Amino acid sequence: MKDELSITGATGEALPHDSAIKHVTGKAEYTDDIREPAGTLHAYLGLSTIAHGKIEALDLSAVKTAPGVIDVIGPADVPADNDCSANGMHDEPIFAETVEFLGQPIFAVVAESRDQARRAAQLAEVKYTELPHATNVMAAREAGYPNVTSPLKLERGDITAMEAAPHRLKGTMVVGGQDHFYLEGQIALAVPGEDEDVVINTSTQHPSEVQHVVAHALGVPSHSVVVNVRRMGGGFGGKETQMNLFCCVAAIAAKKLNRPVKLRPDRDDDMTATGKRHDFVVEYEVGFDDEGRIVAVEGDYFARCGFCSDLSGPVTDRALFHADNAYFYPNVLLRSHPLKTNTVSNTAFRGFGGPQGLIAAERMVEEIAYYLKRDPLEIRKLNFYGGEGRDLTPYHQTVEDNILDRITDELAESASYKERREAVIAWNARGGVIRKGIALTPVKFGISFTATWFNQAGALIHIYADGSIHLNHGGTEMGQGLYTKVAQVVADALQVDAGLVKITKTTTEKVPNTSATAASSGSDLNGMAAKDACDQLIARLRAFAVEKYGIAPEDFRLYANRVHLGDTVVEWDAFIREAYMARVQLSAAGFYKTPKIHWDRESGKGRPFYYFAYGAALSEVSVDTLTGEYRVDRTDILHDVGRSLNPAIDKGQVEGAFIQGMGWLTTEELWWDDKGRLRTHAPSTYKIPLASDRPRVFNVALADWAENREPTIKRSKAVGEPPFMLAVSVLEALGMAVASVADYAECPRLDTPATPERVLMAVERLRGTR
Amino acid sequence: MATRNEVRFILNGEDQAIRDVGASDTLLDFLRIDRRLTGTKEGCAEGDCGACTVLVGRLTPQGLRYDTVNACIRFLASVDGCHVVTIEHLRGPEGGLHPVQEAMVALHGSQCGFCTPGIVMSLYALWMATATPSVTEIERALQGNLCRCTGYEPIVKAAQAASAGKGQSQDPLNLERNTITKRLSDLRDGARVEVAKGEDRAILPADTADLAKVLEENPEGTIVAGATDVGLWVTKFLRPISPAIHIGHLEELHEIAEDDAAITLGAGVTYSEAALTLIMTWPHLLEYWDRIAGWQVRNMGTIGGNIANGSPIGDTPPALIALDATITLRKGGETRELPLERFFIDYGKQDRAEGEFVERIRIPKPAAGQLHAAYKISKRRDEDISSVAAAFRLTVEDGTITEARIAFGGMAATPKRAAKAEAALTGQSFDEATMMKAAATLPEDFAPLSDWRASAEYRMRAAQNLFRRFWYEKGTDEAVRLETA
Repeated sequence: MKDELSITGATGEALPHDSAIKHVTGKAEYTDDIREPAGTLHAYLGLSTIAHGKIEALDLSAVKTAPGVIDVIGPADVPADNDCSANGMHDEPIFAETVEFLGQPIFAVVAESRDQARRAAQLAEVKYTELPHATNVMAAREAGYPNVTSPLKLERGDITAMEAAPHRLKGTMVVGGQDHFYLEGQIALAVPGEDEDVVINTSTQHPSEVQHVVAHALGVPSHSVVVNVRRMGGGFGGKETQMNLFCCVAAIAAKKLNRPVKLRPDRDDDMTATGKRHDFVVEYEVGFDDEGRIVAVEGDYFARCGFCSDLSGPVTDRALFHADNAYFYPNVLLRSHPLKTNTVSNTAFRGFGGPQGLIAAERMVEEIAYYLKRDPLEIRKLNFYGGEGRDLTPYHQTVEDNILDRITDELAESASYKERREAVIAWNARGGVIRKGIALTPVKFGISFTATWFNQAGALIHIYADGSIHLNHGGTEMGQGLYTKVAQVVADALQVDAGLVKITKTTTEKVPNTSATAASSGSDLNGMAAKDACDQLIARLRAFAVEKYGIAPEDFRLYANRVHLGDTVVEWDAFIREAYMARVQLSAAGFYKTPKIHWDRESGKGRPFYYFAYGAALSEVSVDTLTGEYRVDRTDILHDVGRSLNPAIDKGQVEGAFIQGMGWLTTEELWWDDKGRLRTHAPSTYKIPLASDRPRVFNVALADWAENREPTIKRSKAVGEPPFMLAVSVLEALGMAVASVADYAECPRLDTPATPERVLMAVERLRGTR
Repeated sequence: MATRNEVRFILNGEDQAIRDVGASDTLLDFLRIDRRLTGTKEGCAEGDCGACTVLVGRLTPQGLRYDTVNACIRFLASVDGCHVVTIEHLRGPEGGLHPVQEAMVALHGSQCGFCTPGIVMSLYALWMATATPSVTEIERALQGNLCRCTGYEPIVKAAQAASAGKGQSQDPLNLERNTITKRLSDLRDGARVEVAKGEDRAILPADTADLAKVLEENPEGTIVAGATDVGLWVTKFLRPISPAIHIGHLEELHEIAEDDAAITLGAGVTYSEAALTLIMTWPHLLEYWDRIAGWQVRNMGTIGGNIANGSPIGDTPPALIALDATITLRKGGETRELPLERFFIDYGKQDRAEGEFVERIRIPKPAAGQLHAAYKISKRRDEDISSVAAAFRLTVEDGTITEARIAFGGMAATPKRAAKAEAALTGQSFDEATMMKAAATLPEDFAPLSDWRASAEYRMRAAQNLFRRFWYEKGTDEAVRLETA
């Protein structure tokens, strides 16, 4: 019987990434691979060479006469507004007239070839009047630099409870930033059209914003600008707003010269001129009782935001939203300080401030554990949300779906935490050169954009008369498998093989006013929007079937590539053909907005998150106490993705996020010299993890029993960001190995990134030899 | 001497003969822009990310040899006489996906896919070279490939799965081996190659004698061996290198000679080519050697180049200085020999006259009583530049140190011997106290810099601690290495 058949690519199936075969054969087309239209010119940016100052004179004569040069573009060439700010704060010029960081674009040169444009850009003679600069949080505070955006305060309970706490510990944690190091750099190819039109092929997570910002710069309505993105070679937040600049420059040049213009910076310029994860300095005080139960927390979260606001407001907000991680703070006062600095404006990066807030919470747990000489896991469990009156976050949202007790217990059990911790302590007691550490750390991560209006999405589905399906939605594909997951949602809803669903590039022409593919929300939002479109189509098909075949509505059923009409079974394509002939509309626009959420920033109260995603990791490390070098011996992860839409893709996200988080906390170091020049601006100097940095044993499992309490798409949960923070287990394990040299008498207080240098220096500090 | 004015090679299946080739033209731009073979990606343009990995096959006295290289810093002129294989050329025995590609798909080894062609090429080279690679061998093959999405786990699993299928003998590249060998042999005309794009000239001397002549004619020329450093002069600093004088193709410079007293390496011997001989003779170099750069760079970079560029952070000079290596410099028909440490005069300054080139490196064989070690410390374990590199050769007779050679990289403006420490050790009994007494002298000989790789304080402390590590390793049973603990 045909009913026994099923479709391929239903939700829950471990379907390979839709482009996997194209990836491995080199046939997947990225923006730089698109065949350039005849006559394409190439732009290159001229960047500032000082960190702060006024441009007194800009002599571009040598640039203009360099071989192949067609034109030079500056502030005067911007038709409307010389601004590419993402948030409407008008604080981010396309071309700077006052330099606020080293590497800031001040002009662009357009030439016949990229090589010519790049060489010509070096020839500018710029006279500056230099002004004092502050490149980090400390310097900015000393210099009295302002905030780039309004700070946030979260408050609950009574912070004066701190004074009555049996124990109080104060500390400071320095948390390093991170470069995205997407393998494909920033790139834009702008093709001018008739009237005011311009089409931009680019690699952005936020096509609608590029559309709006380019229209704003050109002074044209949004309808004149089309932005296309088929795929990105990685994004991680680094292409949420950062592509605005490159698209504006390419579009301005293309319209001015009426020729296609491509702009692709070299990796060094890309890393110098685009934003990164915010570095933080967190000053904390935690009050607790003899058992280690937290009484009160007060924290100040200072962030290196760079010269303008970009996304620093919501990023520093999210740091506060995750300053509790998984723990109930009965009395709490948290303040953000989004500081201006003379560095590139920092931006979104996987976790969006959450990791920086979370890691300080884990530091406080460490402080308590070392002070009370207890296993940090016990302190954690004691402070988890849950129990009478212990479920309210510092932003007054009730935690309703906490599953961390089960996750941590299962992980501790399956990975033998207790026995291994004892073995580690016994190993260290021998007193050798190689010390070990072990730590189990949890993650609770809030899902939804905290800007409530971003929590909407659209999809467009066409069924062609031959039964084939064209799927489009507002989400972008950066490797996370969103296209594949949404195609599975559609295949599942329409009960056809996923192969019948054509995945098409994201374009502002098909779905308007989209949100960034960010905040881990891609599948939640676009999956539901696509589902909505499918539901509309199914309703029409059902109505048609009822009318034509005289069956009851409930006797219409789509199943396994066939349409069941009572006792009659028709092939999908044949039925669609019938529907077409009967003039049924076979195209639908779906829409979704996340329910339940609201947030009042002024009062610091609301329900910013639809739900939370959870996970925990257990890592064990070895540290060479002579050099500070280390190795992750083993990591076990148990992570909650609700009911997985695609377990292979979800597992890939968990593994990849963990390793990226490990890089953030270990070897990835951003280093500015005293002139304000970023000196770690390429893979030769900026070290992301390699295959050999993986934990020697790496066990990753999805909690197969988990499901979203909320009616999300197929009860799944977002997965992009939460597992990033599982890497905190590595940092804390390193800390334990370090602390062993002083018999765990003192909290190791490892700041990040915990490079071999920081580890060795911490060892020597605890030994009293430094 | 005949001169040819075009570069000839095989690209995938097709013969190429190209006249307009400038010194600074890279293989990657040629593939992507001129030939529109866009499967090979540019990720960094400095040989660190591996997205541009291709195979280059060349004839050696041992036969046709394929190596992974970074096309972004490989100069187009230098592939003369070679077979360039890109991702577009890969196929399975039946014409579909290659087993490596199949495994990458089946095990979800790609996410964004941008690094994937480069990773597939590295795994393909590994698959051809090693039937059943260990995890360590897979990681070594991937040292020069960055992936930002997957965390590598599925890629390593794919490499293992691909090797399970075998089929190497049926691989098109192996089946075509004789044909390609013949075609490459036919390209060898013994001529000097001189090509140019405008004023930008590249020269491939016909042989070593011709090299000496070319250098005399073009004393301002830039000698290019593996291009792993000079490549960046072009791609990052946009520096002119014309006339570029290539030596990577000169067979004589790839020679490794061995007699009773010493091993002699031609200056063009790559890290990969030298590995086996050196490690067989000096086992302590095994781990050290694998931590120099990534696979692609080890396939391109030469020991002669690592010496000749005079970098204070090159990894081979400290190891070779400790081994008492000497180098031979040649100008025209004249040669002279000097101890390696004397070649390095100051930062950016070496004892090399205009028109002179490093011809070979001679390393005396180990003698009885010698204790060897070579240590590299870097922020990231693999494919990173050393914060500190150290090499020790202590001769211990009846518990007494009779000779000490200790050299450091990353601690001064040049690779440098620790003269005071050596003096403090010589004649003393080999024990922890002596070692630490010697370590304490380091600040008298070295004043390291602080930079983005490490602070001066860390460099000094770590360097001193390496004396302790040496003692623990040689004098005790204590497990002091992450690999062995």
